[in-house]
Amino acid sequence: AEVAELRARLRAVRHTVLVLSGKGGVGKSTFSSLLAHGLAADETKQVALLDIDICGPSIPKMMGLEGEQVHQSGSGWSPVYVEENLGVMSVGFLLSSPDDAVIWRGPKKNGLIKQFLRDVDWGEVDYLIVDTPPGTSDEHLSIVQYLSATHIDGAVIVTTPQEVSLQDVRKEINFCRKVKLPIIGVVENMSGFVCPKCKNESQIFPPTTGGAEKMCQNMNVSLLGKVPLDPEIGKSCDRGQSFLAEAPESPATLSYRNIIQRIQEYCEQHHLQEEKIM
Amino acid sequence: PLSERANLAGVRHIVLVLSGKGGVGKSTLSTELALALRNAGKRVGILDVDLCGPSIPRMLRVQDSSVHQCDRGWVPVFVGHDTAIALMSIGFLLERPDDAVVWRGPKKNALIKQFVSDVAWGDLDFLIVDTPPGTSDEHISTVEALRPHQLLGAILVTTPQ
Repeated sequence: AEVAELRARLRAVRHTVLVLSGKGGVGKSTFSSLLAHGLAADETKQVALLDIDICGPSIPKMMGLEGEQVHQSGSGWSPVYVEENLGVMSVGFLLSSPDDAVIWRGPKKNGLIKQFLRDVDWGEVDYLIVDTPPGTSDEHLSIVQYLSATHIDGAVIVTTPQEVSLQDVRKEINFCRKVKLPIIGVVENMSGFVCPKCKNESQIFPPTTGGAEKMCQNMNVSLLGKVPLDPEIGKSCDRGQSFLAEAPESPATLSYRNIIQRIQEYCEQHHLQEEKIM
Repeated sequence: PLSERANLAGVRHIVLVLSGKGGVGKSTLSTELALALRNAGKRVGILDVDLCGPSIPRMLRVQDSSVHQCDRGWVPVFVGHDTAIALMSIGFLLERPDDAVVWRGPKKNALIKQFVSDVAWGDLDFLIVDTPPGTSDEHISTVEALRPHQLLGAILVTTPQ
């Protein structure tokens, strides 16, 4: 009955993309928010961004929605809208103060994630993007389990170039395989830094074991792209602005846009294949 | 139980390394702190309670080591020769290094309790506890399990943004 309830609620969602990493601090939330902005640039598309990082919800700040509250209506919880076609949900909106710690064990976190899927009135959605916390635990198991009521197009896995990140990301790839979650591909963030003054390129996080490129080859997954470090990215996130809009000329913007396009193409192709089967 | 107190009885100070945020350098700091204390002549141990993303073994180049049992529980992995750093991490319990530990809270809590009470640390001046990001199962369980012992306090790590 629970699954049926979720299925009904998520029936109007065309594509679902999970943004994962084994590692913390590699840019999942940054990427999720930019993916949402990028997809919502097409005003004919309805985009939903769901933040299931219960302990460290970054999405409200990154989307410029700090201090917003969730409203209830007859049809459920209303997402907080950044644009008319871009709605957001996060535990961040449920806190009385932004510094309140959510000190919950697994089962309580799972309960809220289920509520997010069951009680939020997303409406018709072309793309549901789900931002996750680092790891392979309750949140990840639950979201895959609950979203089996609909279908997940796939996961985008984010990493940085160094081995300490890659070793966690390999685990995440294996997690996806274990739960039969298709992997759209891997994004390598913080991939090089070009000095704005001398234009010299440095590797702030040297890929001592070949970076995401080598890992993707070894594990037979797609490398969607590499995004260089740009201090404007962090600044935009802190200010709640879209980096893509604030710095359209940055090489990082170009990388992000290419990656977003590849994800879109994957989803559209996936949809066509599904339709063919049906 | 007597054995529970016994394994941590020889540890003078326990320090937690925390952050809400991932990727800010908790494991890096834990490792550097342990090395600095060892170089200052202290006996040091590291308990890595990041079960999903254990970074400490690789940082100390012992990722290929495995742990053994003795009558008091697990023997930690010793890093270095003369003054060794004692290390316990789930990394040593994995069959393959890329195996994902896909556990829900209760299973994580059980292992953390074991890590706290069943590792034969011996006499240490400092036990540094490296944690994963967040404020959830691992953190609650670790603090609960360590509370009866000599918990000095927590170091919080962040980055500027």
